Amino acid sequence: MNSVLKAASYVLVHAPDMVLQNGTTQTTEMVVNPDSEYLKTLPGHLRSYDQVVAYAPNQTYIGNMTPDELGQLAQPWTDKPVAGATRQGKYGEIMPQDEFLLLFQACDMFDLVHLERDFVARTRPAFDAHPLMDEYIKSRVMEGVDREQILRFVNEEGAEGIYHQGQLAGYIKRAHDVDVNLSAHVMMENMASKASAVLALKHLIRVSGVDAGQIDYVIECSEEACGDMNQRGGGNFAKSIAEIAGLSGATGCDVRGFCAAPAHALVSAASLVKSGTFKNVAVVAGGSTAKLGMNGKDHVRKGMQVLEDVLGGFAALISANDGINPEIDLGIVGRHTVGTGASPQAVITSLVLSPLEQAGMKIQDIDKYAAELQNPDITKPAGAGDVPLANFKMIGALAVKSGELARDGLNGFIAKHGMVGWAPTQGHIPSGAPYLGFARQDLLDGKIRKAMIVGKGSLFLGRMTNQFDGISFVLRANSGDDRKQREAIGKEEVRSMIAEALRAFAASLDV
Amino acid sequence: MSLLKDKKIIVIGDRDGIPGPAIDECLKSIGAEILFSSTECFV
Repeated sequence: MNSVLKAASYVLVHAPDMVLQNGTTQTTEMVVNPDSEYLKTLPGHLRSYDQVVAYAPNQTYIGNMTPDELGQLAQPWTDKPVAGATRQGKYGEIMPQDEFLLLFQACDMFDLVHLERDFVARTRPAFDAHPLMDEYIKSRVMEGVDREQILRFVNEEGAEGIYHQGQLAGYIKRAHDVDVNLSAHVMMENMASKASAVLALKHLIRVSGVDAGQIDYVIECSEEACGDMNQRGGGNFAKSIAEIAGLSGATGCDVRGFCAAPAHALVSAASLVKSGTFKNVAVVAGGSTAKLGMNGKDHVRKGMQVLEDVLGGFAALISANDGINPEIDLGIVGRHTVGTGASPQAVITSLVLSPLEQAGMKIQDIDKYAAELQNPDITKPAGAGDVPLANFKMIGALAVKSGELARDGLNGFIAKHGMVGWAPTQGHIPSGAPYLGFARQDLLDGKIRKAMIVGKGSLFLGRMTNQFDGISFVLRANSGDDRKQREAIGKEEVRSMIAEALRAFAASLDV
Repeated sequence: MSLLKDKKIIVIGDRDGIPGPAIDECLKSIGAEILFSSTECFV
């Protein structure tokens, strides 16, 4: 029996100071060109929290707008704030930076993170009022330290400063004197990923209605690596996230595959549940501080606001078939193999056309495709084009090539089977995963019958191979077979009970 | 005669455009010498 997609959650964290202090475009510039005009002007291009909340792609990410509604707004979306936009969404929230820093500190298990005393006092009331911050998490927030201590650790002990509104608000220590894998910089990156993943997982528990104790496995699929000099990517983010989120009955592991990791993780989760090994598997990923402001130079050069100012996170719950939620059909899994090749046509053929052909289906049999869903407001000014559109064009072109679609039907295909992108350029976050929540709802509502999630990853960035990568799978409306089977078993059991009762009655007559 | 024949080339491919290996194959076929090739990601 196929597993089902029971729920999905999405969070964003507004992180303007992390753009300046932790984004690699900025940290690289500080090294190679510390007096650059870019670094001087960048702070003036950062958005306020309210602007981030009112930004239509962000409202879409947390579920307050649908992709269709976003698609009806003319691009760019930067000058079209959403009236009545809210922090909380159907699938998650947009957390402000100050509250996130308290969660960040609460996620630290090794006394590495210390926040400034007044900053904690100012922020704690809002943090304590957060509906998902339970007593355990709240109890982990420390009172804070004096400014002198912060300065001493940042200036003399290799600690990394933690900033809020341009001011030092704390520090994160290195976790080892010489091991670069445990440097303050790496710990900062990993802790931010962990904390935003915890927030996504807490929202997943909320939206799914599942008791945290019922989740028995967690797969984390970000692009960070935690470990020390003897095992640089040893892991296991998954279990560390589950610990803070209160999943006492869960174990787990990390899955890596660059931007394709969420799709790999979802296929793995579906397989684990279908095999009966685990009943409720959470797939989760937090955000990347390194990618904050990644295209900032182009945005600033064009007089725009810097749009890569949020950490992204998501979580999905894959559960045993309940006869209701959409099934993950493991009979249709596209895969980019070692022999596939790197051209865009070869990649999409392997991920979309080949698995459908093997299943006796056509490209247009899939109602909606979700490949890479990067927000074009971010990528177009930076010269990377409209990435989702490029994917849908290629899928449509293959439909034309295979003779199932007329050449002049390409634009109609894109409008019908594609969607605009709304995800921040947080690497693994845009790759198919942002559509899971909407796909589940559309499948439940009967608006669509089948959706394909496509993950693609740039393995060559690790300099181990020139290979590209990808994996895809199909979500389909629940066939109800599981419910029918359970009902059938129920009838069989009733017949058996009646037969047993009759036999007992007959035996009593013999006496 | 190709403009790039016997020229030394550094190839920077784009993951969302034309990847490095695809550019390599084109260049090799016209006799260019590839010194370095990579594909980068901007998203």
